[in-house]
Amino acid sequence: MNRFIEIFEKNKSNLISDNSDYLKILRLEAIENFKKTGIPTTKNEEWLHTDIQKVIKPEYAFSLEPPKIEYNIDDFFKCDVPQLDTYMFVIINGWFPQQLKLINEYENGLIVGSIAEAQKKYPEIVEKYFSKYIDNANDGLSALNTALAKDGIFIYVPENLILEKPIQLVYIVYSTEDIIVQHRNLIVAEKNSQAKIVICDHSLHFNKSFTNAASEIFVGENAKVDYYKIQNSSNNTSQNTITQVQQERSSKFLSNVVTLHGGFIRNNLNVKQNAEGCQTNLYGLYLSDKEQHIDNHTYIEHAFPNCTSNEKYKGILDDKSEGVFRGKILVQPDAQKTTAYQANNNLLLSDSASVNSEPQLEIYADDVKCSHGATIGQLDQDALFYLRSRGISNEEARMMLMHTYASEIINKINIEPLKERMNDLVSKRLRGELSRCNHCFIKCC
Amino acid sequence: MTNDHNNILNELTQSDYKYGFSTDIETEYAPKGLDESTVRYIWEKKQEPDFMLDIRLKAFRYWKKMHEPRWAHLKYPAIDYQDIFYYAAPKQNKPTPTGVDPELKKTFDKLGISLEEQLLLSGVAVDAVMDSISVKTTFTETLSKLGIIFCSINEAIKNHPDLIKKYLGSVVPFTDNFFAALNTAVFSDGSFCYIPKGVRCPMELSTYFRINALKTGQFERTLIIADESSYVSYLEGCTAPVRDENQLHAAVVEIIALDNAEVKYSTVQNWYPGNKEGKGGIYNFVTKRGICKGKKSKISWTQVETGSAITWKYPSCVLKGEGSVGEFYSVAVTNNYQQADTGTKMIHLGKNTKSTVISKGISAGKGQNTYRGLIKVARKAENSRNYTQCDSLLMGDKCGAHTFPYIDVKNKTSVVEHEATTSKISEDQLFYCQQRGIDTENAIRLIVNGYAKEVLNKLPMEFAVEAQKLLSVSLEGSVG
Repeated sequence: MNRFIEIFEKNKSNLISDNSDYLKILRLEAIENFKKTGIPTTKNEEWLHTDIQKVIKPEYAFSLEPPKIEYNIDDFFKCDVPQLDTYMFVIINGWFPQQLKLINEYENGLIVGSIAEAQKKYPEIVEKYFSKYIDNANDGLSALNTALAKDGIFIYVPENLILEKPIQLVYIVYSTEDIIVQHRNLIVAEKNSQAKIVICDHSLHFNKSFTNAASEIFVGENAKVDYYKIQNSSNNTSQNTITQVQQERSSKFLSNVVTLHGGFIRNNLNVKQNAEGCQTNLYGLYLSDKEQHIDNHTYIEHAFPNCTSNEKYKGILDDKSEGVFRGKILVQPDAQKTTAYQANNNLLLSDSASVNSEPQLEIYADDVKCSHGATIGQLDQDALFYLRSRGISNEEARMMLMHTYASEIINKINIEPLKERMNDLVSKRLRGELSRCNHCFIKCC
Repeated sequence: MTNDHNNILNELTQSDYKYGFSTDIETEYAPKGLDESTVRYIWEKKQEPDFMLDIRLKAFRYWKKMHEPRWAHLKYPAIDYQDIFYYAAPKQNKPTPTGVDPELKKTFDKLGISLEEQLLLSGVAVDAVMDSISVKTTFTETLSKLGIIFCSINEAIKNHPDLIKKYLGSVVPFTDNFFAALNTAVFSDGSFCYIPKGVRCPMELSTYFRINALKTGQFERTLIIADESSYVSYLEGCTAPVRDENQLHAAVVEIIALDNAEVKYSTVQNWYPGNKEGKGGIYNFVTKRGICKGKKSKISWTQVETGSAITWKYPSCVLKGEGSVGEFYSVAVTNNYQQADTGTKMIHLGKNTKSTVISKGISAGKGQNTYRGLIKVARKAENSRNYTQCDSLLMGDKCGAHTFPYIDVKNKTSVVEHEATTSKISEDQLFYCQQRGIDTENAIRLIVNGYAKEVLNKLPMEFAVEAQKLLSVSLEGSVG
């Protein structure tokens, strides 16, 4: 922890020099908060089962400068999903490639680019939304990100723009040494706009790394954002992701997080419904084996009446892997007529695997319909027997059942080619094959 | 909500706490506050053997190093542990033919507890505890013919030190938590029960707790040992007078079930809940735990929690024996400013162990009701099974209902299921009843009783009736 404070003090002038007053104050406040809160320990109830301290190693290199390695993105990354046409951007070690155009303004009004550049170019937009929703005061890792993250992605979807083409963000950890990566992203979808965002997390090489990523997503009045995340980094990587979503009146937000690989993952997904009529759908699938540790924390705050939320997280855990799920639904006193559902299902395939499931309801309004459920169990023996009795091998029958179990989440993806590819990857993953696309050179495990 | 509904709500939630009287009897106190001399004072008063002083002092020294737990979903001002009398005993001046002071007898008669053996009709053996001491235990002789020991824990310490040494603190050690440590240091009385091998206890055993004296804390200790293939059903009831200040109650209950034994423990908790403004009431911090030590043993907890300003209580089962069974049935009601953080822990250690958790929470007024439960399945607890269902009913828009389950599974052959729902009384159900000529108040009573039936059915007959009445008093009329 002290190391980060030292880095901040040493690079203070660099960190706050070319920024506006707003960002200057933000960084200074954030580092003060970080001094108070620090990196969470397992004594913190929220971090009881996930020891993040052990993956933030002091020997990992941490730089405030863009990576100096020469690379050509086309050499190692090509997205070969058929018919998947996207606005694609690759982010290396948390940095927007410096050799490319830093800000892309499209004819339809869409803006995508580096957040550092956007802070200079569009101060009025950035200052309106940046760091407004994230909890710097209580979450040490959010504060750390606010204080020290230098780049990331900025997406601005203007009013009334309905994007047909998804925006694809490929985050790659690419380094020949063990490193710490931080990036900070801001996605703004203004009134009546619609956007689909696809995120692919990857890593090259087998070097160890820790990524601390923070994203803020603003979903304006009547806007609709679909947010798909595929986590497929090598098992040597560790990451903490913070996604803070703010929903305005009658907006819709859908998140679907599919975790295939990655040694140590903690996803924090927080949604605040800040007006009436919001809809929130959160889905998640985690497939883990070896010694993976996958932790999904979700938090939905219902602050206004007539909102709904629907949440489903499913996991399949093998070998010595550990799964953690903690989902909280908070219904504020005035949020009458709230409907909230939450479910977490887990399949345990090995005696050394473990699951901690904590679905939580905190309700202060009376006219609500809220429920949650959690199950931990095995494949249905009757279903297995049925398949076996029809001449399907045990192995094949198990695969079929597991795939069906997982496809409930995959089928919530609203981009057809992506859905097909994900089905493919999941079945590869379940068979123990390397779950990567054919033209992708990325090493996953 | 219509005006009509509001009126009914007001009228009915005004119904008074009927056990709120206090008895004017001479009481003997320990000096106020807590230090080693208080612990020694209690030990001397109770004329206990030396080994108890050892345990008490160890617990006290450990307690001093501990902090009060604050993780529960409860809000209450800091408790001043030096502003409490840790020992208060009603003086029994005039021995009467039945051996009980007439004033005390009157108190218990008023509460409807039969201390008189001639009231055989009720068929329940009672150990009555007032403030810090056990007043009278009934049916001792009948029970002793079967080899059952049923007496106050103080007598047990003197007469059966071997059992005490072996089992006291074996399920809830003083290191377990803050209130368990405090209890071990200063407990003054409680009940003790031993059921020998192969004996099925022919009657319900019951302890009745009463806080009477001002500014006292009550710390009782209950120990139940069910030897191989025995069975006992145990009831616990409690009341307290209406007082403006908060009083502390920190009890510990330990249950040990050996091979094939079965213990059924039922509680109807009706401590004074405080008045409509949330003033006064009992702070109820209780540690209850049973261990299914033997094969195929069974422990079943049933609780109806309607009283107390603060309830902090997690009756738990450690399922160690192969094929042992743990059950937890609970109805918790919070009205006015009451707060409850209650639930259970089921720790599966042995193979083929099973547990069932049914929790029904009802919040009305400004009450906050929390279910907090842990289901833990250890690596070696193969083929374990748990089913948990928590339902919460909300009545009124100022109350809260919360569900915090913790599920922790470490093997591939166990199945754990958890379900929870939160809603208000369905308008359809209400309408259905009203349409058939049942007025709102009775319709709600009907619906709430139906909602809680699954748990109330598990109570012994004598208690089920009382519990149903209590539910009506605590709740009826709170319209959702």
